[in-house]
Amino acid sequence: MRTVTVVGASLAGLYAARALRAQGFDGRLVIVGDEPHRPYDRPPLSKDFLTGATTEADLALADAEEETELAAEWLLGTRARGLDARGRTLLLDDGRTVATDGIVLATGARARTLPGTEGLAGVHTLRTLDDARALRAALGGPARRVVVIGGGFIGAETASSCVGLGHEVTVVEAAPLPLVPQLGPEMAGFCASLHGRAGAALITGVGVAGLHGRAAVTAVELADGRVLPADVVVVGIGAVPRTGWLAGSTLLVNDGVLCDDGCATTLPQVVAVGDVARVGGVRHEHWTSATEQPAVAVRNLLAGRTVEHVRPAPYFWSDQYGARIQFAGRRRDGDTLRIVEGSLEEGSFLCRYERGGTTTALLAVDRPRPFTRARRELARQAAGPVPTA
Amino acid sequence: MIPVCRLEDLPAGESVRIDTSPPIAVFNADGALYAIDDTCSHQDASLSEGWLEGCLVECPLHAASFDIRTGEPTCLPARRPVRTHEVAVIDGVVHVRPAAQEGSAA
Ligand SMILES: Cc1cc2nc3c(=O)[nH]c(=O)nc-3n(C[C@H](O)[C@H](O)[C@H](O)COP(=O)(O)OP(=O)(O)OC[C@H]3O[C@@H](n4cnc5c(N)ncnc54)[C@H](O)[C@@H]3O)c2cc1C
Ligand code: FES
Repeated sequence: MRTVTVVGASLAGLYAARALRAQGFDGRLVIVGDEPHRPYDRPPLSKDFLTGATTEADLALADAEEETELAAEWLLGTRARGLDARGRTLLLDDGRTVATDGIVLATGARARTLPGTEGLAGVHTLRTLDDARALRAALGGPARRVVVIGGGFIGAETASSCVGLGHEVTVVEAAPLPLVPQLGPEMAGFCASLHGRAGAALITGVGVAGLHGRAAVTAVELADGRVLPADVVVVGIGAVPRTGWLAGSTLLVNDGVLCDDGCATTLPQVVAVGDVARVGGVRHEHWTSATEQPAVAVRNLLAGRTVEHVRPAPYFWSDQYGARIQFAGRRRDGDTLRIVEGSLEEGSFLCRYERGGTTTALLAVDRPRPFTRARRELARQAAGPVPTA
Repeated sequence: MIPVCRLEDLPAGESVRIDTSPPIAVFNADGALYAIDDTCSHQDASLSEGWLEGCLVECPLHAASFDIRTGEPTCLPARRPVRTHEVAVIDGVVHVRPAAQEGSAA
């Protein structure tokens, strides 16, 4: 391969570029990213960056020295608009084309928006640095009434940061309890209780009917008729993989770019990584997946076929209301729960999800050390016997 | 020097965190004692809660690894070293001498 193009200049894209060089690719490396910014880290956007504890400079994923070493052509502020059927020519939004021998798709996901709220001041999503700057500015002044729509991880973290900044916060969740698909009902219940303890209101089991306000939002109206006055609304209702631009290609797309468990797509010289990739049937929206998949994807890209598979035990963390939540593995409905250290009352524990005597997943709140130990066991178990090749 | 704990309370493979400002982590790596800054140079995690293997400690949050002898990171996402501190055992008690703060008169 003489030219490899990475589409998406963020976490997974940067790790792919690093992996290409680390694995000896010394050809032309092009990195296309539609944001104007150098790669930056998203998790702090809802946490320390929102509260002001972290600065923009702290978000940088690479320093100047490393960027020089990568010897890449950075096309920032440039959106990829299409990929030809053979996956050899990338069309950019400024009309330019890039002819390439290999492609790493790393276009991530965008925040899902609430239809009909575009252009209404005071309504925010939180996915990009620009989003976070705008939200931070809105939260910088005196106490405001903040309504967070969606009680998932990003919604909960944002609510927590807003409480920390002294705002009056209400979280609205359409499901009877947030985070049930991720954590199961018992542990979701524990996480939901964090809101109330910190002084944020949580309203569940009711959807949003619409927003009030002409130029700027003034209130959120719920499906049951309740009206919540609001100065700032944060919409945290999930993310959509950014695959629209691939419509004219021959790649299979269904809630992400379909890949085998080595991140290889249906075209041999195209791999996909991070939030945009549905790897072995699952699309993870986790930082660690976006950093671990690229090395495997690049190995398979350079080999021209799948010679390595990604790690089977996903991991993510979340920080809310001073609690550090860590989760690993794959929970399924019906798994039994066992708290092996600490307790819900203490607010700090390690819990195992089990099925037929084996651990399927782990959840810890403020127990990093035993969690790390258990996570290693889980990864070993999931990987099965180590091949001796 | 700051007394930390009795030597027998820090067996091989274990670590302890002391609440200095910034906090310091003391490790017993198979009998040899080392002290480094406790807070990971990447983001906000406590290295004394990490996974110690030989002279490497893996951060419990995003798995950056540090050589506890030098404080240097051995893999991403950490790119900056953590400071190292002097450790001594005096009369069976582990002591740490915090390195001078950058910018302070030492
Ligand atoms: C606020 C927030 C908090 C989070 N907190 C956590 C956490 O605590 N723990 C955790 O595990 N994960 C967390 N995550 C998730 C984590 O950040 C993502 O999994 C990670 O960013 C995925 O990286 P990525 O490179 O695949 O995608 P992204 O980071 O979404 O990057 C994709 C890049 O591609 C660009 N792009 C898209 N389409 C095109 C195109 N057509 N042409 C050119 N460029 C394009 C985008 O603009 C973007 O820069 C959080 C995410 C957010 C937003
Ligand atoms: S905080 Fe240590 S690796 Fe991120």
